Amino acid sequence: MITRRPYEEKEERTGKEDENLESVEMQEHTLREIVLPGEMVAEKKGRKLGDNVYEEDDKIFAKVVGISVVNENEIKIIPMAGVYIPKINDKVIGVITEVGISGWTVDINSPYISFLPVSEGVDEFVDTNRMDISRFFDVGDVIFCKVSKVTKNKTIRVSMRSLGARKLYGGAIVKVQPTKIPRIIGKAGSMINLIKTKTGCVIYVGKNGVIWIRGDNNIKAIEAILTIERESHTVGLTDKIDKMLGGSAGYAGVGYASSGGPSKESSQESKQE
Amino acid sequence: MAKTEEKLIVNGKRLDGRAFADLRPVRMQVGVVERADGSAQVSFGNTEAIVSAYGPRKLFPRFMQEQDTGIIRYRYNMAAFSTSDRVQPGTSRRGIEISKVSRIAFEPVIFLEDFPVTTIDVFTEIIQADGSTRVTGINAASLALATAGIPMRNLITACSVGKVDGELVVDLNGQEDNNSDADVAIAMIVPKEKLTLLQMDGLLTKEELFKILDMGRDTCKKIYEMQKSAIKEAYKPKPEKTEKTEKEAKTEKEKNRKVKEER
Repeated sequence: MITRRPYEEKEERTGKEDENLESVEMQEHTLREIVLPGEMVAEKKGRKLGDNVYEEDDKIFAKVVGISVVNENEIKIIPMAGVYIPKINDKVIGVITEVGISGWTVDINSPYISFLPVSEGVDEFVDTNRMDISRFFDVGDVIFCKVSKVTKNKTIRVSMRSLGARKLYGGAIVKVQPTKIPRIIGKAGSMINLIKTKTGCVIYVGKNGVIWIRGDNNIKAIEAILTIERESHTVGLTDKIDKMLGGSAGYAGVGYASSGGPSKESSQESKQE
Repeated sequence: MAKTEEKLIVNGKRLDGRAFADLRPVRMQVGVVERADGSAQVSFGNTEAIVSAYGPRKLFPRFMQEQDTGIIRYRYNMAAFSTSDRVQPGTSRRGIEISKVSRIAFEPVIFLEDFPVTTIDVFTEIIQADGSTRVTGINAASLALATAGIPMRNLITACSVGKVDGELVVDLNGQEDNNSDADVAIAMIVPKEKLTLLQMDGLLTKEELFKILDMGRDTCKKIYEMQKSAIKEAYKPKPEKTEKTEKEAKTEKEKNRKVKEER
């Protein structure tokens, strides 16, 4: 239960919430050959259909250009490109584009615009007849929120009632291909934590391909992220980024260092996994 | 009936030296338009098309939106400088027709129902025209849509087959196209052997049409392999520049400079 209003939240929690994001084990699949739309991936054999595949005569075909992931339970394709299609419980970074009477319209870098109702955005009672809700969020504000509802014809609702949901002040926004986000986060957050430690920046990563960065050394962080996006399908990327950011390790000790970097808890968690 | 007195087929070969079932030199490249979601440049001989694909993206005006499915907006356009006579820029009767049939060629393979209320935009620009422009555009659009990450059942492959001087030939060039007895444009899903576009202009017998469909299928199979390798080529890891090669390049540049100065 969140007791404080989101916009009053301090930076205590920064850096931890990204670990909740799903990280795909892309590393081991990088050497696999690329599949094209219409190519057969595998026989179904009672397995679940994952993303970006379709079934025909008990055979599984690819829908998009990507790398196939076939395991005991599931068959799916990690696409090489594509837009962000909202899914429930995704954590995204959005920009307020419109202040309405009972909520806000949020641009979440997707073909579909989303709506943030007052009840989901603020924790206190708000009388919408008397109060202008732009005092909570105004046009141009950046928020870290959760997709709470997706209907059949893709009407999207987002919510601030989620761990880590907050308004983001200042900073810079970088947009990358949404399909490259798992690679930017890395296995159990390894890649993003590397960038955080080396640059000392506060970084929030939205599933929708929007990345918010604040810190003295943000140029280096942005460069690193764009490099990952460009070379996401190559091997040994973590080492390359490590080398690339090598000179700035000293920044980890100052500024926003407390919020960046892998915490002890997270490293223990990844060991357990 | 050939409109020119010049023979288009001499000694069993076409004017450019091709056999009846030969394609012109084909070049395919993806990712040529940096800002597009997906793009491709395809050339068959002198015919050259650049296609960029966008989407799925927001669709306005609102009355165009479909609540249960997405739509495709396909634009086929010939550049003013693409032929020897200047093409009047803007929409033309021919352009509207080709845009429509090309769009219909793609509708069966794109998972439009996954993206309600949105649009997928395809812009085909023919920058140089020398026959078979619509099929070149469709081949390029297929690559552009695939690299844009748009979910598709399969790639679409297209080719043209025609009757020139009483002989059935594949991939007509401009001269053959203008003087042909008949011209058939074919687009198909190659692994399924299903047609998504079949247009005929001119006169053919029933037997000839069936022969043309067979030739078209065989040609599409060749083009399909080229399309697949064009996409795979784009995602191959490129060899990194090492310091040595950079140094070598520098020394080469210096050498070239010296040579120039001497001259």
